[in-house]
Amino acid sequence: MDQVILARIQFASTTLFHYIFVPMTIGLAFLIAILETLYVVKGKEIYKQTAKFWSKLFLINFAVGVVTGILQEFQFGMNWSNYSRFVGDVFGPSLAIEGLLAFFMESTFIGLWVFGWDRLSKRVHLACIWLVSIGTVLSAFWILTANSFMHAPVGYVFQNGRAEMSDFFAIITNPQLWLQFPHTLFAAFATGAFFMAGVSAWKLLKRQNLEMFKKSFHVSIMVAMISALLVAIIGHQQGQHLLASQPMKMAAAEALWNTSEDPAPFTLYANIDTVKKENSSEIKIPYMLSILSFNKFSGSLDGMNQIQVQYEQKYGPGDYIPSVKMTFWSFRTMVIAGGLMCLLGIYGIVLARTRKLEQRPWFLKLMVGAIAFPFLANSAGWLMAEMGRQPWVVFGVMRTEDAISPTVSAGELLFSIIAFTSIYAILAIIDACLFVKVIRKDAEQEEVEDSISHDPFDKEEAHALAK
Amino acid sequence: MLSLNELWFILVSVLFVGFFFLEGFDFGVGIVSRFLGKSDQERRILINTIGPYWDANEVWLITAGGAMFAAFPEWYATLFSGFYIPFVVLLLALIARGVAFEFRGKMDHGIWKKTWDAAIFIGSLLPPFLFGVVFANLIRGVPIDSHKEMIGSVFDLLNGYALAGGVAVVLLCILHGLVFITLRTNGVLRDRARKAARDIGPAVAAVLLIFAVMTYFSTDIYTVHGAQWIALPVLAGAALVLAGLFIKKKRDGWAFAMTGAVIILSVVSMFIGLFPRVMVSSISPDFHLTIYNAASGAYSLKVMTYISLTILPFVLGYQIWSYYVFRKRIDDKEHLEY
Ligand code: HDD
Ligand code: HEM
Ligand code: HEM
Repeated sequence: MDQVILARIQFASTTLFHYIFVPMTIGLAFLIAILETLYVVKGKEIYKQTAKFWSKLFLINFAVGVVTGILQEFQFGMNWSNYSRFVGDVFGPSLAIEGLLAFFMESTFIGLWVFGWDRLSKRVHLACIWLVSIGTVLSAFWILTANSFMHAPVGYVFQNGRAEMSDFFAIITNPQLWLQFPHTLFAAFATGAFFMAGVSAWKLLKRQNLEMFKKSFHVSIMVAMISALLVAIIGHQQGQHLLASQPMKMAAAEALWNTSEDPAPFTLYANIDTVKKENSSEIKIPYMLSILSFNKFSGSLDGMNQIQVQYEQKYGPGDYIPSVKMTFWSFRTMVIAGGLMCLLGIYGIVLARTRKLEQRPWFLKLMVGAIAFPFLANSAGWLMAEMGRQPWVVFGVMRTEDAISPTVSAGELLFSIIAFTSIYAILAIIDACLFVKVIRKDAEQEEVEDSISHDPFDKEEAHALAK
Repeated sequence: MLSLNELWFILVSVLFVGFFFLEGFDFGVGIVSRFLGKSDQERRILINTIGPYWDANEVWLITAGGAMFAAFPEWYATLFSGFYIPFVVLLLALIARGVAFEFRGKMDHGIWKKTWDAAIFIGSLLPPFLFGVVFANLIRGVPIDSHKEMIGSVFDLLNGYALAGGVAVVLLCILHGLVFITLRTNGVLRDRARKAARDIGPAVAAVLLIFAVMTYFSTDIYTVHGAQWIALPVLAGAALVLAGLFIKKKRDGWAFAMTGAVIILSVVSMFIGLFPRVMVSSISPDFHLTIYNAASGAYSLKVMTYISLTILPFVLGYQIWSYYVFRKRIDDKEHLEY
């Protein structure tokens, strides 16, 4: 296997792994901050216990998010040195600002928050978790600033044999960014919220700590519904934006080989043949694609073959068609998951409002399963966005095959892939076990255990008692 | 006037100095907690001394990497692709160490805890060693060709001088970590840490001295800008001696300031010696990477300067505050998170 493939596999696997934990961190930090705010405002102990329960899961997740992130930070230099040399001038600043502005904030205030329950006043402690939450959002913003440059390069000029930044303002007002950032952010809130709602549903089914998990469910289903709807709405805008900015990606996501009829139908299912460049046994919904693309009942889209010709004229010879099956199916996975999340969110709110939650065990069971939807959609979303952009690493500017490190051999890459995927696999298993363990545990029982386990070590207090 | 290239060289150096000073003690604590803590409870206390800090300390490294990427992309690219295997191992160690802190306390089971204690130990030992190896090679010179690419194999990196650098950094971290423990604990643990620091002090001094002499012969960093810069390593030596005295006198705060000073002076003297190069080419002086030929364009540097100088004071402010919040010594009455 050549270096390009190996470096791509490594990037894809490590990034997708990092991105399992990232949206959970962003979402749960926000939700826990809400719970703690309720505690401070209403002064009810139950909210504090609830926040503490979720914080255990949050911290296990956070730890893995952090360590997998460190790898991301250095991976550009290690595996993509030509890329780093060529666009470092534009791309590097976002990463530096992310570290300085977001990571310092997240990591310092999470330390204060975790170890500061007894050291800080209620309000200061609350401020800490909000600062963590803001830190995660800033972190998402800055890394997406970097990422959206790759999809829609702006604010740079070719100079001294590389891309150099010419307009910082253009980079942070990139229209691509202002779709990607809200889409990703609300997707992350939805991820945390569906997780919290799903676990709460499970606890309600088991009839453990009813008060705590009803409260959790009420808060999280609200966030889940609002976020899911916003994600879908912004996603729709993104699709329309893509039509203009990266038509090839959109054509691939629709498996549209040739210019569509007018009005264009939406392809629900297709058996894609990438060699003959045609589809068979398609299932189509008439008008739908025109509506999605142009908000009206007419209009046709260019197909991949036509765009290929345009690109060849513009960028020279080459194959500009990305992996169609991957792009097509990951797009569908995301959209279907998103649609189901919207429905579940709305119905969940209705049940919660009318206090019929416990009379609908089938719904609670569904919510447990629905924990998987946002994770599926997140991975699928990135796969679609990144693979749909191929063969470009920076759209129209640099090809992926030119981006790798020339001095790193295939052997070294293979070694690092095996090393990283093995350690990640182990982490995944342990993490899953710990999650199950913490969730299973009855929270009331634990409070008691906690207070007992403190005393036996407390020699001085024992002394005092003896006296 | 300071040019922006010079300013960014200073900022990257400051981030590395901060990283070695701060993460230095938490690497140290990670290494020694295995020996210093005789029971699980004691090990927990030791690990909790760095509980609120280690992640933020590590961010100094992440930000140093980010700043390097932004200001000197060629340096970032050459360094990380050139030292590929050492960095793979380093990352594996940091990954294991990071999760070990969080996971260790989550189950009460012998093998479980032993495994994570081992991960904390190895994960704290390997990174300072590898950083020593990498930075020693960096100042000694590596085969960088006319395309700014580092050629040659991993084995070239494992020369005697670099290995000595690795050992020196590890020992310094251990000493720094022990002194940190004396600051953050009480009773037996504090006494034990003090005693350990006294016991290994002479060995640390000897190794550092040998490494300093080797540096004099293997590199030009002490003298490129004139003989007066030898003052820095000499001052570092003096600080180390003072650290020894303060440890003996049980002046923990001063001792910590002195081991910190050793780290700061050593790292600073390395960066000054490197300046204006960022990577030394052993092939030809024409191929050195410098703060000019490795840098981003003037516009990027200017934007970055405004942004960083605005944010940095806040970062320093809240980090200092967090040390202030946790200034009390911890003992087993405390809620131990890890
Ligand atoms: C949309 C959000 C998002 C995306 C696309 C990425 N990350 Fe991430 N990253 C986060 C959002 C985030 C976070 C929410 O801020 C994390 C997750 C867990 C955490 O502690 O912070 C984090 C952690 C994290 C850390 C550790 C920070 C620490 O020690 O506290 C680093 C160095 C990176 N990331 C770097 C990257 C790089 C180089 C990426 C690109 C390939 C990347 N992340 C993608
Ligand atoms: C915000 C930062 C980024 C995120 C979240 C991200 C996300 C992803 C994801 C999820 C994939 C998997 C898709 C796949 O397998 O193709 C991927 C692939 C890839 N990414 Fe990105 N990416 C980011 C930045 C970058 C950068 C900076 C590079 C620079 C070199 C890059 C290069 C690639 C490459 C080469 C692949 C493999 C493509 C393939 O296998 O088809 N990405 N990325
Ligand atoms: C319901 C309808 C949805 C639509 C129409 C939609 C649309 C899109 C589109 C068009 C992209 C590609 C953007 C680009 O390449 O520039 C995208 C990316 C993405 N989607 Fe969705 N999406 C939907 C739901 C979801 C859901 C529910 C999630 C997760 C919970 C999600 C997570 C993501 C992520 C993480 C990305 C990659 C980052 C990005 O490019 O913004 N999406 N989505």
